[in-house]
Amino acid sequence: MSEAVFISDVPVEPWVLPSRGVVGMACLICAEAAIFIIFVVAYIYYIGKSISGPTPHDVLELPVLTTICLLSSSFTVHLAVVNLERSKRALCSLWLAGTVLLGAIFLAGTAMEWNDLIYRHGLTIRTNLFGTTFYSLVGLHASHVVIGLLMLSLALIFSLNGSMTHMHAAKLNVLSLYWHFVDAVWVVVFLVVYVLGR
Amino acid sequence: MGAGVGRSNRPAPTKSFCRFTRLVRFAQRRYPLARLALISAPKFYRRHFGRWYPALKRTLAGAGRRRQEADALSFVRRVVSQVTNIFAPAATPAHAIFHLSLLVLGITSCIFLVVSGLLLYALIRFRNRASATSDPQEPAQIYGSNQIELSWTVIPVLIVVMLFLATARIIFSTENAPKPSDALDITVIGHQFWWEYRYPKLGVVTANELHIPTGDAAHPIPSYLTMSSADTDHSFWVPRLAGKMDLIPNKINTMWIDPLEPGLFLGQCGQYCGTQHAKMLIRVYADRPAQFAAWVAHQLQPAAQDPAAAEGQAVFLRNACISCHTVAGTTAAGRFGPDLTHVGGRDTIASGSVPNTAANLRAFVDNPAHFKPGALMPEMHLNAHDLDAVAAYLTTLK
Amino acid sequence: MATQTPEIEILNQSTPTEPRHPWLEVLHGWVTTVDHKKIGLMYIGYALLFLVIAGVEALLMRVQLAIPNNTFVSPQVFNRLFTMHGTTMVFFVGMPILFGFGNYLIPLMIGARDMAFPRLNAFSFWISAFGGLLLYFSFLGGDGLYGAGNAPDVGWFAYAPLTSRVFSPGHSTDYWTLAVLLSGVGSVGTALNIIATAICMRCPGMKMSRLPLLVWLYIVTSGLALIIVSPLTAAQIMLMLDRYAGAHFFDTQAGGSAVLWMHFFWIFGHPEVYVLVLPAFAFANEIIPVFSRKAIFGYPAMVAASVGIGFISLSVWAHHMFTVGLGAGANTFFTLATMVIAVPTGIKIFNWLATLWGGRIHFTVAMMFAVGFLFQFLIAGLTGIMLSVSPLDWQLSGSYFVVAHFHYVLVGAILFMIFSAFYYWYPKMSGRMLSEKIGKWHFWLFLIGFHLTFDFMHVPGILGMPRRVYTYEADRGWMIWNVIVSSGAIFQTIGTLLFVYNMIRAYFKGPIAGADPWDAWTLEWATSSPPPDYNFETIPTIRSRRPLWDLKHPEDPDSNYEF
Repeated sequence: MSEAVFISDVPVEPWVLPSRGVVGMACLICAEAAIFIIFVVAYIYYIGKSISGPTPHDVLELPVLTTICLLSSSFTVHLAVVNLERSKRALCSLWLAGTVLLGAIFLAGTAMEWNDLIYRHGLTIRTNLFGTTFYSLVGLHASHVVIGLLMLSLALIFSLNGSMTHMHAAKLNVLSLYWHFVDAVWVVVFLVVYVLGR
Repeated sequence: MGAGVGRSNRPAPTKSFCRFTRLVRFAQRRYPLARLALISAPKFYRRHFGRWYPALKRTLAGAGRRRQEADALSFVRRVVSQVTNIFAPAATPAHAIFHLSLLVLGITSCIFLVVSGLLLYALIRFRNRASATSDPQEPAQIYGSNQIELSWTVIPVLIVVMLFLATARIIFSTENAPKPSDALDITVIGHQFWWEYRYPKLGVVTANELHIPTGDAAHPIPSYLTMSSADTDHSFWVPRLAGKMDLIPNKINTMWIDPLEPGLFLGQCGQYCGTQHAKMLIRVYADRPAQFAAWVAHQLQPAAQDPAAAEGQAVFLRNACISCHTVAGTTAAGRFGPDLTHVGGRDTIASGSVPNTAANLRAFVDNPAHFKPGALMPEMHLNAHDLDAVAAYLTTLK
Repeated sequence: MATQTPEIEILNQSTPTEPRHPWLEVLHGWVTTVDHKKIGLMYIGYALLFLVIAGVEALLMRVQLAIPNNTFVSPQVFNRLFTMHGTTMVFFVGMPILFGFGNYLIPLMIGARDMAFPRLNAFSFWISAFGGLLLYFSFLGGDGLYGAGNAPDVGWFAYAPLTSRVFSPGHSTDYWTLAVLLSGVGSVGTALNIIATAICMRCPGMKMSRLPLLVWLYIVTSGLALIIVSPLTAAQIMLMLDRYAGAHFFDTQAGGSAVLWMHFFWIFGHPEVYVLVLPAFAFANEIIPVFSRKAIFGYPAMVAASVGIGFISLSVWAHHMFTVGLGAGANTFFTLATMVIAVPTGIKIFNWLATLWGGRIHFTVAMMFAVGFLFQFLIAGLTGIMLSVSPLDWQLSGSYFVVAHFHYVLVGAILFMIFSAFYYWYPKMSGRMLSEKIGKWHFWLFLIGFHLTFDFMHVPGILGMPRRVYTYEADRGWMIWNVIVSSGAIFQTIGTLLFVYNMIRAYFKGPIAGADPWDAWTLEWATSSPPPDYNFETIPTIRSRRPLWDLKHPEDPDSNYEF
């Protein structure tokens, strides 16, 4: 038989399926979580196993300010989404700008920390196992922050020039999910590197 | 009637018992696998011997099957090599694995026969017959049955539990076997592409050909191998003695072997380690204790100083040989390559892959890549005269 | 006689600025397509090309191994051959062909017009394709210790520290790392796409409990792929950092661990083989019922077993590391986990058996390959049980017994089901039927070759022959077995060539298939062969797992019986 047409003779209840964007982002988050887990496992495995060179206890300080900034940025991006849903575009732009700013502060803080580690303490990725695992894990997270900030900046530009409306709230929500994930990863990295590892 | 038959207050053995034990000893020598039956159930035989041996003898003699069975077994032995056969165990770990494998084979064969039998039956019984083409009726559509699903979940779970328990027992008995105080300690270090053997308590260092003492069934002498690698991953595999264990840099692994009979046991590296992985062969010489003691004493001697080979020794010592090789009693103290103190006395060179003759020694030193392309020993670029001298010298290092 | 689907001009017309030559236009259409059907076909074609190349690599190895101390190829070349053969077959044949079938079939089976993210779909294909080209470029480019032209020679699982700069100078290992990394990115993209499609694009009435089993199995496969490809990517990033940034992840001199690479690789590597085999199960779940003329037995149990296999497969990885010295406790745990996975796998085999039972079995070529799959997968599973017993694995790990076992799964189960899937769905994809006569020749020749090679390959393993050896000693008694194994390769080659010929010939001269040549029951058979770009004229609404059965048997629809 060739193309068959199905005629529904009983009323079908409304057919609602989950949003593609959310499901897709959830899958991406699973995959990214897996990669972070492996770097975290490597970090934990090598705690205390460095043969020489600086140890975490010697050189690491709790990055309190940058952590607060990054975690707050989750809150601000959520507010941006909520405001866009309510078509309050100016407020949305404001909160997006706040998110980008807080993320940038986080990156700047990380850069300053690394500068200190490299030049004052002589810790590089090739120094010892601690250097290897620290820079790779924190660096992987930082690269995800960079990508997130790029996307958020794009969103901010669209919001500022008026192209973004409440119709795009779902897409902004998907982007915010990514940003929440990046923050959650930072919580884990913070606990493993700066609390457990020291 | 041979040692080990029994030293208790049992009545003297009958004539048929003597004949039986002669038969068993014969089988033991010709068919080593049969020895397993004896080792694992001697009490059973002795206790029930009076009852079933006459019946067995009648059955075998009647059918003439004994000769056919012996022929079948020897046929299999001829066809299937026993050199490195995991089903020809010669030490306790290999025996334990062999017994376990019989259980596993039994279970999996049963499962295979049952399931494939059912499959075959279904395919034949329910095939579409030509007469049915005119009949458009579809067969009865059965969508499932919870009871059936439950049954073929529970039965496999039970099989798995049983198999798992049997396996766990062997894992622990092999890996966590308590180490007797008189065990021989050997340090094995894997290199690309040769084996370094050190006997820490005896002070012996050698390469590629491992000598260990045998015990016997009453008093086994296990050799404990402590293993690591100097470069990449390797694996020590002598199938007739034990399962393999990997040699991994920056990690210490241990295993033990206790050959029950003297002999030469072959194996090779079991983990891909580079170009010449295939030629990293293992030769384990299981010596009787007296022979082993003599070997150790000989190995402890410094290198032979044969005046006829003095020129060769001079060539050896003034070339780069000494940067990689050790010859005890001379200035050569390199550790990158095999210890050559007693290389002349080995059966093979190039880690078991080349017979140790003067001609081969010369050819190997001239161009190692001819025998082992990718071996880490470079060409020594010696002229013909020096080559002859060095080869002659190495031959004298017995 | 299929009625021609009327062209909808508006949807299909492109607006060129100037007239193009037809073949250029066709090429442009394929290169820029985001249509899941075309992308699926590109994946499949690409994989078939690499199947032939990797098959040639296998043939060369078998010639070298036929006699002891052979000099057909040098050890360096042999080591490259087995590395490339394994890497190609897993990443550039297995994954693409299975994702290709998934891409083609899933939207059709769920009544959708395309995948959830068509552009991501195209991107995933092209990046995987680039990875394959990069891997094979290594034969031409790169420099290293042994001169120009080095393909990687570290084995497809590339154990550290063999892959460090010290032991693998030059760029051959980097080709392996980067090519597989790119393929992994493509796999993650496709897996994400499949899950999003299956969850978010179903036609009305297709609840998850009415999803065709093929789609369920692809969901599990994709979920696994999402979770496991990242560990491999992570390990490869670590390897690149070791090789180029001086990091010490696997640098044993600095306290690093070679075992850590093994853990990371096998956390990927074991579920990866399930990613390869679950689509084969997916095909079996569609093909066996149709040719038994019965519904699949125990649909909920099949779904549960498949999901169970997916979960358990994440916990068994260290059965590849029984000889590494993890300790009795770890060995025992992984033995148990590996044995446990046999239970849901067995449930699936029994359900297929029950589907056949009481049916009317039509032995078309597709069904013959499916039957071969059933027997061979049973045997492969049983040799897997043997290997799960870790003391036995201490003997057999790294030997030809393992090679025989996994080829039994990869060729005997997966490749047989892929052939079956070709014979079943080729009519849908091309509109023509493959020749059953040539198909039968293909089947029998390939079956004989497969059994000659892989049945007898178990024996050298038992006799102590390790794997990845470019030659072996004459006194071990392995030669006769290697000769038999090598001879089987010839039959397989001829069979495969016949298969390729069958496909090409049928494309031009095969009988027209029509929309539903097999009298099947899932939605892809409800549209023309090949389907139009938009798949269905009208998106259907369905009320059971077998919508076409309901249509063909309106007096007795499935919806009355399903639970």
